[in-house]
Amino acid sequence: MTKAVKNYIGFGIFLLMIALSYATNFQIGMDVGDNFWIFAWDMLRILPPAFLLIGIFEVWAKRETIEKSFGGVSGPKRYIYGILLAATTVGGTFVAFPVANSLYHKGADYNSIFTYVTAASLVMIPMSIMEASILGIRFTLIRLGVSLPLVILSAALLGAYFKKKKYLLPAQE
Amino acid sequence: MIGLYAVTAIAFLISLLIDRERTIKAVKIGWKKFTKILPGYLKILMILSVVLLVPNEIIARYLGESSSYFGIIVAGIFGSITMMPGFIAYPLAGVFLDQGVSYMVIAAFVTTLMMVGVATYPVEKQYFGKRSTIIRNVTAFGIAMIIALSMGLFYGELI
Repeated sequence: MTKAVKNYIGFGIFLLMIALSYATNFQIGMDVGDNFWIFAWDMLRILPPAFLLIGIFEVWAKRETIEKSFGGVSGPKRYIYGILLAATTVGGTFVAFPVANSLYHKGADYNSIFTYVTAASLVMIPMSIMEASILGIRFTLIRLGVSLPLVILSAALLGAYFKKKKYLLPAQE
Repeated sequence: MIGLYAVTAIAFLISLLIDRERTIKAVKIGWKKFTKILPGYLKILMILSVVLLVPNEIIARYLGESSSYFGIIVAGIFGSITMMPGFIAYPLAGVFLDQGVSYMVIAAFVTTLMMVGVATYPVEKQYFGKRSTIIRNVTAFGIAMIIALSMGLFYGELI
């Protein structure tokens, strides 16, 4: 039995237990079920179009283009591109991880992908708007103002470290 | 969300018009990648469903009662363990604010919630490798703490 099959069986048992909880009115199980549904619905809506886009990206994006904007030769511009890409990403880090991996294998360097992943959790536009409406515009502006330099600084440091260690990201084929 | 669907639909149609074969290949690549990572996402779903059993009132009570520095760390740990989409996290943060939790503790909570993912480890590991995943998450925790402290300074909660 492969690992994936085991995971699916585990997941099937998990679903069965939730179903049983509803059938027997078992409160904790039903709470797990409610939580599960909230997140499952979110992932169901976001992941299929996100992965379709990744597929389209992989067949069309030219390696030279990605290298030019997200590779080492791009210089400081790659930080701006990474942040802009992240600002418009929907779904937070769990969408950013596969996108970053694809970018990397098309020639983006570590500085760009760490900028992108970090910014994808800090400067997403749709999320920031929601944040400002609930916690106040001042909160959001301070948070963004403090975040941006940290995004770039940490990406530069992590990028330098991983380049020095000659670290390679796992391939996804 | 609508934007994501619009962009995907437009990109797909343009791709289809230019080259049908390539577009089919794109769908296949997307599908292959999706099915490969799906067990990881399912693991995240299971972990989150169980972790979030901790009632919000308990979290709010802990965060509200803790003194400032300690509160940031507690909030950071809570936020690191779990992960939430923004449409759940921010209304929750709003509730905390109403209950008197300070801005800097809320900042530590929402920032780690988005950036640090113990629960998202099964997916991140497959795309970034173990080592990079751990280093990135530790760095992210540090960044979240700096953001929280800066928030405390700006709102005058630190001194």
